Amino acid sequence: MASYSTNEFKAGLKFMLDGDPCSIIENEFVKPGKGQAFNRVKFRNLKTGRVNERTFKTNETVESADVVEVELEYSYSDGEFWHFMDPNTFEQYAADANAITDSKDWLKEQYLYTVTLWNGAPLLVTPPNFVNLEVVDTDPGVRGDTSGGGGKPAKLETGAVVRVPLFIEIGEILRVDTRSAAYVERAKKE
Amino acid sequence: MTNNPNWQPSASLEALQRRAQLLAEIRRFFEHRGVLEVNTPILSAAAPTAPYLQSFHTTFELAGQSQTRYLHTSPEFAMKRLLAAGSGAIYQLSPVFRNGELGRQHSPEFFMLEWYRPAFSLTELMTEVDILMQQVAATAPAVVYSYAELFEQFLQLDVHQVETDMLKHTALQRIPALTADWQTDRDGWLEILMSEVIEPQLSQLNRPVLVTEFPPSQAQLAKIAINAAGQSVAMRFELYAGGMELANGYDELCDAAELRQRFEWDNQTRQQQGKPQMPIDENLLAAMQSGLPACCGVALGIDRLMMLSLAKDNINQVRSIAFTES
Repeated sequence: MASYSTNEFKAGLKFMLDGDPCSIIENEFVKPGKGQAFNRVKFRNLKTGRVNERTFKTNETVESADVVEVELEYSYSDGEFWHFMDPNTFEQYAADANAITDSKDWLKEQYLYTVTLWNGAPLLVTPPNFVNLEVVDTDPGVRGDTSGGGGKPAKLETGAVVRVPLFIEIGEILRVDTRSAAYVERAKKE
Repeated sequence: MTNNPNWQPSASLEALQRRAQLLAEIRRFFEHRGVLEVNTPILSAAAPTAPYLQSFHTTFELAGQSQTRYLHTSPEFAMKRLLAAGSGAIYQLSPVFRNGELGRQHSPEFFMLEWYRPAFSLTELMTEVDILMQQVAATAPAVVYSYAELFEQFLQLDVHQVETDMLKHTALQRIPALTADWQTDRDGWLEILMSEVIEPQLSQLNRPVLVTEFPPSQAQLAKIAINAAGQSVAMRFELYAGGMELANGYDELCDAAELRQRFEWDNQTRQQQGKPQMPIDENLLAAMQSGLPACCGVALGIDRLMMLSLAKDNINQVRSIAFTES
C-alpha cells in the first residue's frame, strides 16, 4: 500500500487513520516560533462522516486509502442490501444500511448516485443535489392558491417527505433539493 | 514540466499595486527616520545553525573547483557586519529563503523587512514596529504581553516554574488534535500551547500583540537578562496580528564567545537529530569580536503584512507568482 508524507497532504487526499478511511478537508503547515514544524489537518472520517482535527509531525507518513468515487445506477433493494450497477461495465455493487444512511429517502431506480468505494465496496452513497420525484401522497390541492404561503407535507415516491405549496397534487413531479429536503419547483413528467 | 502549466499570476493586479505602495511607504518611513537602506548578498558560504531552520544551498563553480553556497534565511549576519563597521541604523528589503516551509502562510521564498537600531532599547524598537504597522497597514495600537503573562492568563501556568509533564498534560487536554503519543521537549510543548491555544485567542483581540520576555531556552540570538521580577528571560519579542506571526525582534547578543557557543550547541542538536551541521559564520564572529555596537533588530514578513493589510488568507494572493508555479 502506498503511503503519503505530510508534504503531499492536500484537500481531497484519502488516507487511513486508526483503521478508518479519511479524506483531508484542509491541511495547514504550522511553524510555531522558531520551533519544529507540524501539520494541522482537518479531515472527514468517511465511515462515520465526522469531521476531526489531528496534528502530524512534518515528514510523518500515513497509509493511503483505496477510496474512489464512482457514478452508479440504483437498481433495487432486497431489504438487507441496496444494489447499484455501473452503467458502463454493468458491474454490480451492494451497499449496506450504513452506506445509505443519508440517501435512503432519495433512492429511485435508474437514477445515478455518487458512490464512494473503499477497497471496492460501497462506503457511502450520496444522492445528486437535485432530483425529480413524484408525489404519492398529500392532502388535496387548493386550486388557485399559488401563493406558496403555508404549505403542507407531501410524501414522494422514494419515501421522503417534503414541505410543498398547497396547490401541489398527488401524481405531480417535483424538483427537490436533497441536501435540505426542500421543494424547488414543479417539474415536467419525464 | 507539468501537463497543465499554470502561468497566471497568483496575486491580483490590485494586490500588486498595493504591494508597490506598501514598499514605497516603508522606504519613506525609514527615510524620515534617517535609517539607511542597504543590500547585502543573498548567497553566503556560512548559514544559520538553528536546528529547525533549513537553508537552501547551491554550488559555486570556478576553474574546476566547487564550493557550497547557502541562500540566506534572513540578512541578519551580513547586516551585523555592516553595523560592526559603523553603518549606524540600517534596513533592508530582501527576498529570503527557507527550505521545507510551504503552506497557507508560508512560502519557501518570501520577502522580508529587517532593520537594526544601534542604541535603541527593545522597548523603543517595539514602539517603532507598532508605529510602522499603524502607518503602513492602518492597524490598531499594539498591546504588549510578556510570555509569562500569556501563559498565566490563558492557561493558568507559571511558565518559569511549571514542570514539563504538566505542560504535556495541559497540551493534550487543551488540544484535541494532539495524539497521546506526541513527543517533544519542554520548548516544543510551550510552542505548541502558544500556537494552538494562545495565538487563536490573541487573534480575537483584533489588534497586534507584542509578546516579550521569552524563556531563555528560546533566546536564539537575543541577550538573556534578568527582568523586574528577578527571572531570567530572553530579550526578544514577537509580533502577532491577524492570527499570524509577523515579526521577531532581539536585543542583539554582542558577545562573540557566547554566540559561538550557541552556534556549536545548535550544531550538536543538529547532529543528534541526524541533520547536517551548518558552517559557522566566522566573518560574523570576527565582526562581533571587533565590536558590534549595542543594538536591537527586527525582521518583519512583508508578505504577511500584505495579507493583513488586504485581509487575504493565502500568501500566494499577495505574491506575484506562487512558489509552486515559479
